[in-house]
Order: sequence, then C-alpha cells, then structure tokens
Amino acid sequence: MPTRAALQRILPRRGVAVSRETPGTWRRAGAAMASEPMLASGLLLLLLVGLFAMLGPLVINTELAQIGAAPPRQRPGAEHWLGTDVQGRDIFAALVLATPQTLKIGLFAGVMGLGLGCILGLLAGYFGGWTDTVVRTLADVVMTIPGIAVLVLVATNVRSMTVALMAVIVAGLAWMYPTRTIRAQTLSMRERPYVDIARLNGMGGLQLVFTEIFPNLLPYIAASFVTAVSSAMLATIGLEALGLGPQNEFTLGMMIFWAQYYGAILRNLWWWWLPPVAMMALIFIALLLTSTGMDRLVNRRLRVEA
Amino acid sequence: MTGALLEVRTASVAFGAPGSKTPQWALRDVSLSLPDTPSITAIVGESGSGKTTLTRLLLGLLQPTAGTVLYQGNRLGQLDGTAFAAYRREVQAIFQDPYSVYNPFYKVDRSLLLPLQRFGLVASRDEAYARIRQCLEAVGLRPGDTLGRYPHQLSGGQRQRIMIARALSLRPRVIVADEPVSMVDASLRATILESLYRLKTEQQVSLLYVTHDLATAYQIADRIVVMFNGEIVEEGEPENIIHAPQHPYTRALVAAVPPLDPTVSWGLETTEFVA
Amino acid sequence: MEQPLLDVRGLHVEFPTARGPARAVDGVSFRLNRGMRLGLVGESGSGKSTTVLALMQLIKAPGRIGGGEAWLAGDNLLAMNTAQMRQARFSRIALVPQGAMNSLNPVLTVRAQIDDLLDAHGQKPDPAQRLQHVAGLLQRVGLPETVADQYPHQLSGGMKQRVCIAIAIALSPQVILADEPTSALDVIVQKQVMQTLIHAQKEIGAAIVLVGHDMGLMAQFAHVVGVMYAGRLVEIAPVRDIFANPRHPYTRMLISSLPSFATRKVFRGIPGVAPSIVNPPSGCAFHPRCPKAEERCSREVPAEDVLSDAHRVRCHFARVGGAATAATAQAGTTP
Repeated sequence: MPTRAALQRILPRRGVAVSRETPGTWRRAGAAMASEPMLASGLLLLLLVGLFAMLGPLVINTELAQIGAAPPRQRPGAEHWLGTDVQGRDIFAALVLATPQTLKIGLFAGVMGLGLGCILGLLAGYFGGWTDTVVRTLADVVMTIPGIAVLVLVATNVRSMTVALMAVIVAGLAWMYPTRTIRAQTLSMRERPYVDIARLNGMGGLQLVFTEIFPNLLPYIAASFVTAVSSAMLATIGLEALGLGPQNEFTLGMMIFWAQYYGAILRNLWWWWLPPVAMMALIFIALLLTSTGMDRLVNRRLRVEA
Repeated sequence: MTGALLEVRTASVAFGAPGSKTPQWALRDVSLSLPDTPSITAIVGESGSGKTTLTRLLLGLLQPTAGTVLYQGNRLGQLDGTAFAAYRREVQAIFQDPYSVYNPFYKVDRSLLLPLQRFGLVASRDEAYARIRQCLEAVGLRPGDTLGRYPHQLSGGQRQRIMIARALSLRPRVIVADEPVSMVDASLRATILESLYRLKTEQQVSLLYVTHDLATAYQIADRIVVMFNGEIVEEGEPENIIHAPQHPYTRALVAAVPPLDPTVSWGLETTEFVA
Repeated sequence: MEQPLLDVRGLHVEFPTARGPARAVDGVSFRLNRGMRLGLVGESGSGKSTTVLALMQLIKAPGRIGGGEAWLAGDNLLAMNTAQMRQARFSRIALVPQGAMNSLNPVLTVRAQIDDLLDAHGQKPDPAQRLQHVAGLLQRVGLPETVADQYPHQLSGGMKQRVCIAIAIALSPQVILADEPTSALDVIVQKQVMQTLIHAQKEIGAAIVLVGHDMGLMAQFAHVVGVMYAGRLVEIAPVRDIFANPRHPYTRMLISSLPSFATRKVFRGIPGVAPSIVNPPSGCAFHPRCPKAEERCSREVPAEDVLSDAHRVRCHFARVGGAATAATAQAGTTP
C-alpha cells in the first residue's frame, strides 16, 4: 500500500470543501442586474432622468424659461417642443430646470434624514440608557408633528422660501422613522457573538459601533435610502403643489402649482401641467422599481441560503 | 506566583427588571478558582445551569449582582487601564457558534489581525502574518486555504479552528471555551479537542471547558465541575465523577450518556414507563 | 424472509446549482420490517434528513426527487399524487421533524392541534370517542391528560417533544420517521424522550427510522444502523455487527473518534473537511480523507458489496483484512 505522502502526490486535490472564490464586485453586480429585471429597469429609468437633468441645458437654451421669452399659450410644436405657458415660458426649458431641483431636494432630504437617523439610531441602540431614552422620546414626539403645519409656519415667517430651506425642513421631518428602525436593528446586532469578540479585543464604544455594527447595516440602509428619497420627494411636491414651496425657483411641484394657479386645466393648456406630472410619475415609478427589485434580490438570496 | 489565576468568589447573578419582586437567579453563590499552573477545568451542566453566565462573568462581559470576580488576586472592577488591558489579552474566549463569531462583513484575516495589533503584540504586519500562519498550522489548517476568505466560504470546523488559532496567537494564560465542539461535525470533534488539549501540554495555557457533554469533558479535563440550576453541585477528578458520582444530579447525568457498546443495556426498553 | 414493510430502492434527491444538479441523496436503498428500528447516521451534508423528507414528499423546490421507489405495503410513496400523499401522511407514515418543539402552533392548545389532524383525516368524529382518543394518546407518551388543554409555551422542551410524538402516532401509522428528535434537548430529557418513542412504537406496532448524528444513541436505540456520507449509504448492518466489525473506513474512524468513558486523553479525529455535495470528490466521496485510499478510489464509485444477508458496504476494500462476517443477526426479527 502506498505511503500517505505518495498518495498525496498521485491523487488530485479534489474534495476540499472550501467553496470557490467570490467573483469580483462588478461581476456580481452584473449578475444581480440580470436576475432582477425590475431592479435593472428601475435603475435605468433613474439614469435616464438624471441624464435629462444634467444634459438638458446643453440641448436647450435655458433663457427660454424666463418670463416673456416666448409668445404665451403656444401649443407644442417645432419651435417649442412642449409649448409655452401664460407668461411666455418655454415648458421644456422649465422642465429641464425644474427636474434637477426636485431631485436635489429629494436627495438631500433623503440623505440627511437617513444619515441623521443612522447616527442617532446606532448610538441609541448600542449605548442604551439615557442616550436611548432621549433619542427615542425626541423621535416619537417629532414624529407626531404634521409636516404641513411646520412648513406653513416657516413659509409665513420667511421672506422667501428657497430650495435650500425647503430641503432642510423636509430633512428635519424625515429622520425619525429611520432612527427608530435602525435602533431596532442595532439592538439585535448588539447581542451577536462577534460583538462580544470585539469587546474581548478591547474595543469599545464608538469604534465598535462604527466598525462592527454599522457595516452590517449597509444592506438595510441601502434599501431604506430609496424609500427615504421617494418619501422626501413626495412630501416636497405635495407641499409645493399647495403653494408652500420656493416661489422664485423652478421645481416640479411649483410648476404644477403655477399651472393650477393660472387655471391651466380649465383653459385646457394640457401641455403645461402634463409634463411635470409625467416626469414625477416617471421618477416615482423608477424609485419603486428600484426598491422592489432590491428587496426581491435580497430576499431571494436569503431564501436560497436558508 | 502561587494562588488563583482567575476566580469568582460567592458570585450571584440575577436577571430581571430592577425592583421586580421575583428576579431570576442565573447563578447563586458560586465560587470557582483556576489555579496558576496550566490545567483544564471542565464545567458540565445543561441549559439553565448557569454555565454560560459563569463564562460571561469570567470574561468580564457581565457584572455580578453579588460577589466578586478576581484576576490574579485583583477585582476586575478595580483594575486600571494597563492592568485591564493585560487581563483582556491574557484571558481569551472561544464561543459555541463558529459562524456568528465572525463579522460577516470582513474577511477572517481581520479576526486574526485585529487583536494582535490592538494589544501591541507585533511590530509590523509581516510579523503579524508570520505569527498567524504559525498558529493556523498549529491547529491543523493550511494558511493558503483559509486566509483571505470570508466566513461563509469556510466550513464550521475550519471557522472554529481559526478561532482557536486566534486565541493561541495572543499567548493568553487562560482560554474560556463555551461549548466549542457542539456545533461542529462529529468527525472533526476529536481533532479540535486535541488542539485544545495541546494548548495545555504544549503552550502552557489553562483551559476552562464548558459543555453539556460529559464524555468530552472526561476526555480532556483534569477536574470536572458539575452545575445545576445556578449552583455547583459536585466537583472532583474525572475518574471519580464518572465512576463514583455522589450527587443525585451527577448520577443522573452520567446515566444519561448512552454507552457506545450495543451489548451494554441502557434501559431504553423499560416497561415501567418514565413519565 | 418476510416482506419488508418499507422498501426503499435507489432513492435520488437532487437540487439544481450553477454547476449542474447536486445530489443530496444518491441511490439510497434500505428495507424496514415491522417493529424494526433503523438508525440513519451521518454528518451535515450527508443527506440523512433529506432522505426521510423525501419519503414524505416534503422536499421543497427547487430540490426534487430524481428517481427511486419507496414501497409501503404495496404503494409507491414517491409516485403518489398530491391528494394520495396528503392522505398517506400521518395515517400511514408519520414524521417527527427536526426542532419539532417549534412545529407546534403557539396559539393553539395541544388538544386543538391533535384535533386538527384527526379532523383532516376524518377520524373519530364522535366527541366522546375523540376525548378518549386524545387522552389515550397522551397517556401513551407518558403525559398527564391535563396537558391537552395547555398551550405549548406552558410545556417544557421534553414535554413538547412528546406532544409531537403523540401527534405522530395519532393515526397509528405503520412507519414513524424521527429526524433528530432529541438534538435540542438536554441529555437527561433525551433519554426519557427516546424511551417514549420506543414505548409508543410498541403500542402501535410501527417501525421507526431515526435520523441522527449521535452514534452512542444509535448503539442503544437501533436494531440496524445505516451510515451516510455525502448522500450515499456507505454501510448498513445490524447494530452489533457495525460496532463490532465496521467494514467501511469512515464508519471505523467515526466510531473510534467518539469519546467514551473507557479512555482519556486519546484523540483519533478524522482528518480533512466534510465533503461538499455541490462539488463532491470524484469516485468514492471519502477518498480524500481515507487512509486506505488508492488511485482507484478517486475514479470509481464503489458499488454495493453485500457481505452477508444484512451487512452491506460501499468500499473497494470491504473484504480486505479479515473474512467478511457471517450473518450474525438477521435484520428485522422481533426486537
């Protein structure tokens, strides 16, 4: 019978149960896209909207969005692709200016809300005690304040509402729910054995929270991000449509407000209110597809691994 | 230095909301000491016996409701920064679940590298990796197969052995192992138990082996401590505990281990039926 | 030789992976006689749980039964359609699943859960008879009648497990499959539950297949032990035979690696890692870890070698190193 050493040389090294290498990040991203058409189409739509917002000014002269730049109440035609409004603004140009503004508000508010929610939720969840009590009470109280009331208050006391101010206010109203949910996640992660091991390594407090717990929340945060952005945008547009938005700047919500203010529906100037509505619908559909697609992707992985 | 390395004195731990009338006592007046010389002490008990609570006390992850935990004669709560850091380095742990002890976000290298760097045991990354490789080989793993991978890419046995390698690399004086083989396949248990046993014989490391499996405790321990319902009911040499148990619970525990010989009767087919 | 009660032939279970189908159960065959207790032993990935789940047609998609037959008193369990299988489950073949304690509905009393099962099979509709039947079931598993009106959270782990056994025998099935029934229980309770299982089996005259990884328990519980590795049944023999004279290197090494109260400080582990069924070793799945492996072992899957009436092995060298054992105990005679 051959010696063990001799056998090692003859026998091919199969049967070692260690699994194959994880393919590179791009490969995995590509595979994720291919398997989840919802996610892929959602992201594609977002990309198209983003390109529209960024490249739009190159295609059209944004000066046309000024009052009196063109003859008013023109139907869509060769010269003005989406027509003009009662004050002579080219609708297409206005759309090109308004879309990035709305996106900016939504993004800013979503990022701020989620970011603040993360920090507060992590600290409250991990440290417990007084930190937790204060954060929790604050979140619960502010959650019950209706956004409209706050905005009406601010709008009536400010000389002119701007996009920046709007974004800050919506962000201030968007952090409570993420705080609560991330706190809950942190509470459960805190009990994991790898946190014990980290403590045995002499790690404590903040460093532990941000190097051990936070990275494992990333999938959850990524999923929440899309929801945060879309609810921020919805809140903003709703408020703007009521006239509480920035008066002198272009946003999709304001376009709707002005259209309605000047009776565009009654006067059948459909080319005025339809484009912003369609753009909004597109953005929301894209966000919905992305978030549903991501959810399905993550859940499918969980089901297969179980 | 003679005396106890790590000990608890009349420690009790209660769980329950403060001020509640009926707190749950996980540990009641438990005293245990690990001697200075390298030894293997097995703590045997079932669920609810308090053995896990005891390990968390000894590891400083939990404060006792009453009683004290001492390291080298000093109370844990009173150790200053340097002394506490020394305690953290010299008392290490191996936990039951070989999966959840790893942060799934990072590669396993980090689990091995981080403590070495934090405790200032190595001067450079190269030195760290040299030591890591040595320790991995000491537990029967090939560094090439294990380093650079994520936890989910390795088997349970490999992950548990990496944890042992990690504990080893810190040159501790005591390793507290809480059910280290119960979630590992039967064929690998003997190999892992052997690695743990060699920690004492070759590395002069004391081991506190916590388990519900009396047979493995008998295999490696110098001393067996039996716990039930938060208290220590019996302790002694393995031969005595297994072949001449005194306490009724110990007797029941010994009788509950099925003999490996089919010709020996264990009393499964009893006519007086146990309710 | 009497007709076997359960005759499993060539059971194949596979599930699809990126590299093609992975064989979770690969050509497993065994026979069960009345009153017999078969123990299926193996480690994670050996396919032992999958085998019993397949017999109940409980394999979840994308896994599927790839082939084989399972004859229970003249019917092929694997060929039954949904309606027939639903009828057969628990009335002819019952399962005590892994973590059975968690299979109990937390918002229903024990009685309600047993009633559910009896109603689904249209058994004992008369209320007086029903009450009597439930009381009788609980008594058979050594539980007082008062347990019937309690909720699962009011019962201990061992008691919950016994309720699950009561449910399994409620319709007096011919075969009981028990998948690691005591893994989550403390050792002392474990013995009581195993006693319960045997007592219940005798009361209804059923046969049992016990799936587990504890060889010691098998030594005491089973009449016949089957060892599974990487989805294949590598050795099956009467219990005394397999402990006294294991012919497969894996069985041999497994038995000698187990701790006992006979020796201390001796460790005989099996080197290497457990095989992956997604990417299994070629030929004999054990060859990377086998001290007797030769070049042939990596090429050819060992065919089944029948050493005697009851002792079967899958190893190229089963007969080497000593005469094959003569049939010592025949499988399936009265226990």
